[in-house]
Formats: sequence, C-alpha cells, structure tokens
Amino acid sequence: MALIRIANLTKHYASGDETVEALRGLNIAIEAGEFITIMGQSGSGKSTLLSVLGGMNHPTSGEVEMAGVRLYDLPGEQLADFRAQKLGFVFQSFHLIPYLTALENVMLPLAIVKMGTPAKKDAARQALERVGLGAKVDRLPNQLSGGEQERVAIARAIVKRPQILLADEPTGNLDSKTSDEVMALFRELNEAGQTVVMVTHNPDNGRHADRTITLRDGMVVTVT
Amino acid sequence: MKLHTISVNNLLRRKAKMAFLTIGLAVGIATIVTLVTLTRSMSGDIERKMDEFGANILVTPLSNGLAMNYGGISLGGVSFDQREIRESDLARIRTIANHRNISAISPKVLGGIRVKGHDVLLVGVNFDSELKMKQWWKVFGESPRNANELLLGTDAAKVLGVGTGEQLELEGETFTVAGILDQTGSQDDSLVFSSLPKAQKILGKEGKITLAEVAALCSGCPIGDMVTQIAEKLPDAKVSAIQQVVEGRLKALDQFKRFSYAMAGVVVFIGSLIVFVTMMGSVNERTTEIGVFRAIGFRKSHIMRIILVEAALVSLVAGFIGYGAGMGGARLALPFMAEAKDAKLLWDVWVAGGSLGLSLTLGILASLYPALHAAKMDPTEALRAL
Repeated sequence: MALIRIANLTKHYASGDETVEALRGLNIAIEAGEFITIMGQSGSGKSTLLSVLGGMNHPTSGEVEMAGVRLYDLPGEQLADFRAQKLGFVFQSFHLIPYLTALENVMLPLAIVKMGTPAKKDAARQALERVGLGAKVDRLPNQLSGGEQERVAIARAIVKRPQILLADEPTGNLDSKTSDEVMALFRELNEAGQTVVMVTHNPDNGRHADRTITLRDGMVVTVT
Repeated sequence: MKLHTISVNNLLRRKAKMAFLTIGLAVGIATIVTLVTLTRSMSGDIERKMDEFGANILVTPLSNGLAMNYGGISLGGVSFDQREIRESDLARIRTIANHRNISAISPKVLGGIRVKGHDVLLVGVNFDSELKMKQWWKVFGESPRNANELLLGTDAAKVLGVGTGEQLELEGETFTVAGILDQTGSQDDSLVFSSLPKAQKILGKEGKITLAEVAALCSGCPIGDMVTQIAEKLPDAKVSAIQQVVEGRLKALDQFKRFSYAMAGVVVFIGSLIVFVTMMGSVNERTTEIGVFRAIGFRKSHIMRIILVEAALVSLVAGFIGYGAGMGGARLALPFMAEAKDAKLLWDVWVAGGSLGLSLTLGILASLYPALHAAKMDPTEALRAL
C-alpha cells in the first residue's frame, strides 16, 4: 500500500473575479522509502501540491491519504498533530528562527513533545551531527553560511524522525556546489529509509531522485 | 527547549520594543500606584489630624430652648425645662458598641463668677483630656497639675491683670495661675479654666456637668451611629455631631479619589492600547515565524501560549517597575499633597499585589486578540513560499 496516495485532487483559488485552477485532477502514489522530485515551471502547481501534502492547504476536491490517514478528514487540530508526528518540512528560505541557536532551532519541533530537556538536546545534537554540523550547535543563524543554514533546516525537519520529509526548493538559494552537497545529504537520508518529496525547478536535482513528477498547468505531464 | 524558551528568547532579541512595552505599561501601573497610595496616605493623614483636632460629638443637657448666638456672639436665649448631666453618667459613653472609636471624653462645667470686679466665665475641665483634645493650645508657663492651679485665656489674664505664677482669688479660694494661653482667636481667650471638681464646688454644681466633648474622629468612624448610641445611653442629654469640618475634608478627599480613579482609568486604557498595538505589531512581524511553528505541528493553543507568556513576562516586569516607581512618586508627592509634614506613606501589601495583578491582567487581556490573531494565521499564507 502506498505511503502517500492522491486521488482526483483539485485545488481552485479565487483571484479577483476569476477562478484559478492550481491543481486539476491529480492522481499520484508514492511508496515508503521513495525519493520523489516534483518539477515544473512557475505556476505549474508544484508548491500548491506540496502545501496540500503538508496538511496546510485544504483541497477543493479529491483525496489525500498519507500513512493510512485521510488527511483532510482529520478534525480540528489533529491535522497539526499529524504534521508534528509524521511530517518534516524543509523550506526554500530555511526559515530558521533568528533568535535561536542552531541547536535550539533543531529542538523546536520537540518543544511540544513531552520529554526531558537533556533527551531533546541529545536528539537535536544527533540530527545536527547527521547533517555534518555537530561543531556549530551554538551558532545563531546569522553566524552560519547559506549551506549551513539549509543543513540546520534539514536537521530540524528530521529531528523527530518523521515518516515523510517534504522539501520546497531546498537548493533555491544555494550555489551549485552547496546545492550538490545538500542534494547528496537528501540522498543519504533517503538511502537510510527516509521518504522524501521535494519540489524543485532544477533538473539536476532530479538525478538524485527515484522518480520525477513533472507538472504543467496543474496536471501531471510526465513521471520518469 | 520548551514553549516558554521561545517566548523568553524572543523578548531578549527584541529588547528595544519590549523595553518600550514594559515602560508603557509600567508608567500606567506607576500612575495608579501613586494615585492610590497618595489618596490612602492622605486619608490616613486627615484621619490622624481629626484625632488631634478635637471633638466631633457634643453632649449637652436636653433643653427645649433655642440658642441665640451666631459666630461667637451670644444674645442669650429662651429656654425652659433645663436639665443637667450627671458626671457619673458619662461613664456610660464608654459602654457604647463603638467605644473603641472614642479617643477622649472631655467633661466641662460652666458658670459665671465675679473676680476683681469683672464678670468671668469659669470653666471646669479635666486638664488631661482637654489638653489632649486641644493640641493647638499653646500655654505660656505650665499646664495646671493640681486642683489649686488655673489656666487663663490671654484676654482674661489681661483684664484680671495677672501673670503666670501669680495668685488669684475665686469666690474666696486662692489659686495659682500656672499658665496663660496664647491667643487662640476663640472664646477660650476670655475664659478661666480650673480643674473640674474645683469649678463644680465653686459653682455649686457638684457631680454635675454642663457639657461634654467627645473625640471620636477618624474617617472610617460611624459618627452618625455613635451619636445614636450615646443618645440611647444618655436619654437626658442632647447628642450632636460636629461634622462640618470633617465632612468638608472628606468630601474634598472623596473628590480627589474620584479624580484619581478617573485618571487611573484613562491611564489603564492608554496602557492597554500600548500593549495591544505593540503585541499586534510583534505578531505581524513574526508572520513567517508563526507559519513555521504551525508547519512543524504547533497547535493554535501552542502559538497562543507563546504570545501570552511573552505578555505575562513583560507585564510582571512592568508591574514590579510600576509599583516601585509609583511608590517613589507617591513618596515625592506626599509632602506637597498632605498638610502634615510628617504624613506617612502607606506601604500596603494589597497595593503591591494589586499592581502586579493589574499589570498581569492588563497585559494578558490586551494581548489576547493579537495571540488569537497569531493562532489563526494560515500557515500557507504565513510562509508564502509554500
């Protein structure tokens, strides 16, 4: 059974008097342990798809089933709980909290978990070591390079060992060398069993993925 | 890492903004503390002064007559069925329900006598209670200590031509003038004061008194109730309250109190507005941050808790600062506001607790909407990148 199953997914936005059809009848299945890149031009609907997969954007119609749960059937704050338990997010602009150190940023998802501070620190240190930043735990984001900030963001996303890692243009703000390093890190995580769904516009990133889904005008055009 | 760690770290990062917020709220709390403390201290000051400045209940014999005097000028009066109060009856005043409010009872016997060819009004008093009640009296010489000593009003001394230490004969009995009063501007200037038993003997009114003054002044005293209680104990006496001065002062104080509360209300409103605007601005600045929190699984209640903990911490600090500054302000202002130079500042634990509680309540209430606004933010909108 697929870890992620999307059936007849549509998402319409109202833009002034017009209705924009961001997603038009998508059907996608992603198995556990897969590394998927979603590609497409600007406005193709790839970021909308990622926000729907992230439980943050209610679809107009269709079904989204993740880890055996029909996501948008979850009542109230259980959707937030689902995100906390099953999903990890990596954002394009890193979105690290500027007044927290690297270690504290990574500990952020654990702030709402009932466990002792030493255990939280251990988990955060392990995640930072996993992304190669074990020596910079006490640095503030503005004391880190772009690549390092991206690694902190990845460590924050994996600290709770989520089933699914969602990444939105994680190399969008990085130079090509750092991009390669970050993509290699994603590959490494995937090889360790992590399911990764990544939105990217860079065709080179597709090399690291098992499959690439290309969208155009809200529809799947190719799956390679 | 706990939710409050985020709040504390954010406060530390936005020092200038949070300092502005703290000062804004602290100024409000300080104003309230100053006004409340000043009002209470001034009430205490007036209360003490009232205790010092004499009687506010007058006990006189019941009479059906009407006094004919105005502004100290007596034109006599028409009275009939004049009764007198027995001195022994005064002990009953101490048995009233509010006897603890009585600070002094000063019985007096009055009667006209002829001394050195002049008509003089002799007043028999209990010097201990009389001097306690009339603290404005300034005595040249000594206060009378035994039954054969007199105290003379300044005009009486002049008319009778006697000075301190000299002898004066009253109705065949020789007395020593122990002291002479400094000019008071009242009827006391023309009186001759002797001890109560001697005056009663000279006037032939042994065991009887003409009037008694009762000092029971304090702003919280139920004067009206006390008048009724004394009247019940002394059915042959007329008991009346001298409330003009007290009420005048208390009325002025009451007006000041109302003004203080109105000021406090305005200040509280402005303080709340500062908290609201600053917290709202802070929330809007942190849109992306809140989006990240929501994306990684924070519930709405978690977001609210972060914002409200920040508000609570700022409010507590503002409460402490406001209380300290308010008490400092009251201390500086009290000498100018109170009449007595030794007016005491009231340190009240309730004012301290109240200012902290008020600050906390204001801060949290004013931050409630910004916190709700933050919690309701759409994470997708907040992040935009998604």
